[in-house]
Amino acid sequence: MTTRTTLDPVTLRADFPILAREVHGRTLAYLDNAASTQKPRVVIEALGGFYRAHYANIHRGVHTLSEEATSAYEEARDEIAAFVNAPDRRGVIFTRNTTEAINLVAYTWGRANVGPGDRIVVTEMEHHSNLVPWQLLAREVGAELAYVSVTDEGCLDLESLDYLLQGPVKLVAFTHVSNVLGTVNPAREIIARSHAADARVLVDAAQSVPHLPVDIEALDCDFLAFSGHKMCGPTGVGVLYGRPELLEEMPPFLSGGGMIRRVGRAEASWDDLPWKFEAGTPAIAEAVGLSAAVDYLSGVGVEAVWAHEQELAAYALERLKEVPGVHAIGPLAGGRCGIVAFTVESIHPHDLAQVLDGEGVAIRAGFHCAQPLHERLGLAATARASFYLYNTRQEVDRLVEGIQKAQDWF
Amino acid sequence: MESLYRGHILDHYRCPRNQGTLEDADISCEQDNPVCGDVVRLDVRLEGGRVSEARFSGRGCVISMASASMLTEEILGKTVEELKALQDEDVFRMLGITLGPVRARCGLLPLRVLQCGLARLEET
Repeated sequence: MTTRTTLDPVTLRADFPILAREVHGRTLAYLDNAASTQKPRVVIEALGGFYRAHYANIHRGVHTLSEEATSAYEEARDEIAAFVNAPDRRGVIFTRNTTEAINLVAYTWGRANVGPGDRIVVTEMEHHSNLVPWQLLAREVGAELAYVSVTDEGCLDLESLDYLLQGPVKLVAFTHVSNVLGTVNPAREIIARSHAADARVLVDAAQSVPHLPVDIEALDCDFLAFSGHKMCGPTGVGVLYGRPELLEEMPPFLSGGGMIRRVGRAEASWDDLPWKFEAGTPAIAEAVGLSAAVDYLSGVGVEAVWAHEQELAAYALERLKEVPGVHAIGPLAGGRCGIVAFTVESIHPHDLAQVLDGEGVAIRAGFHCAQPLHERLGLAATARASFYLYNTRQEVDRLVEGIQKAQDWF
Repeated sequence: MESLYRGHILDHYRCPRNQGTLEDADISCEQDNPVCGDVVRLDVRLEGGRVSEARFSGRGCVISMASASMLTEEILGKTVEELKALQDEDVFRMLGITLGPVRARCGLLPLRVLQCGLARLEET
């Protein structure tokens, strides 16, 4: 298969039923994709089709529907593993979302491996989901939580990483792409340096897997987490990739049905990977839906999505620069994802978002679950437009017009 | 149904080959299938680097017991390297049927037990 490097958002829009709807009398311009993405028809149909024709609980039934549902669920695992080039399907664990995936690591690997005086390294640009679990762990075991600095331009200061790595570091947990700045961090470099310091590495890939080609084998990280709903898939399903040899050593996270091998009155033993970490009935239909999403994205070409978003982000930065009083944050030159956070002088982001909603333009306003980053940059709150494969330049123009309207209004 | 319970599978279930245990086996392991609670134990004796005797014991469904019985015959005379090379496909070929993902865990349990025993052999 040849890699597609361009896409036509206008053609692709037709695949997303919701994009045809109106909001306040205007065609929806959905620019809140970093929060969650819309779903193409093939994903909606995959969910409906699965429930209509193949649904049953998995792994335990011998009847036909259970065999079919189990096949569909396990094939979804294989398809998703291939999409991110996971070296081993046993390391691909279905979770609810990125947050649950990171909590899984914090509560199992973390409690077993991080002790008093150990250091956990995060960065100043983390989403709360890759921050609060480590705060809790650090407080519980008496470890130190240290932050890699963010430069004024919105990039990681790798010198501060090197400095922190000189200490007793057990784990480096960092985001691949900032959900506020759009910065794409040099993941391979960070992972290699951390491994050289004998630390384990967790990558929060919630904002990278949907938008650019991610190759877990090439990254060589120990853990990597992402969410289905941010990549055209259903809510309620996400993925943790973990190195099988680490997962084997880790105690279970949630326990109960589905993850056991043998249960006695006083103790139990655990099922093989990946099922050891999938207690209870999982999000079966949602996993099947995520597999359809991955199939869809592969058809469009993730390279093409990446190129399209870079172009839109560059266009948005250029247009925003023309508007007096608007300040974009994050790297202003290349190497960033389709996420543009900005402030508008004397207009609170919530008020701006409200005015834009009146124009049918959906953006996000607030801290975007990254309060320490806002504090670092000295910002109260920001507005954020984030793009995906179905967004157009025309929608960026509507964003700019909406901002100007808000400026006139207030 | 007929295909799942083909003649030779039922034959191995009704008249299991090499059922029992071995004292002082060179390879020995027991595992459960968490899907249905099947248990298979495998004891293997090596002579001159090849399997000279193999015994299985346990309880389970027709598929897991027949698979265990067939495996004890299949591995006779094989070297440790040849045992390590056994794949899931070899079990399906032995059984002569394709299994869905749920029943596959029944059919593959004896091979998993062998693999677990081989891993322990390497550790010692």
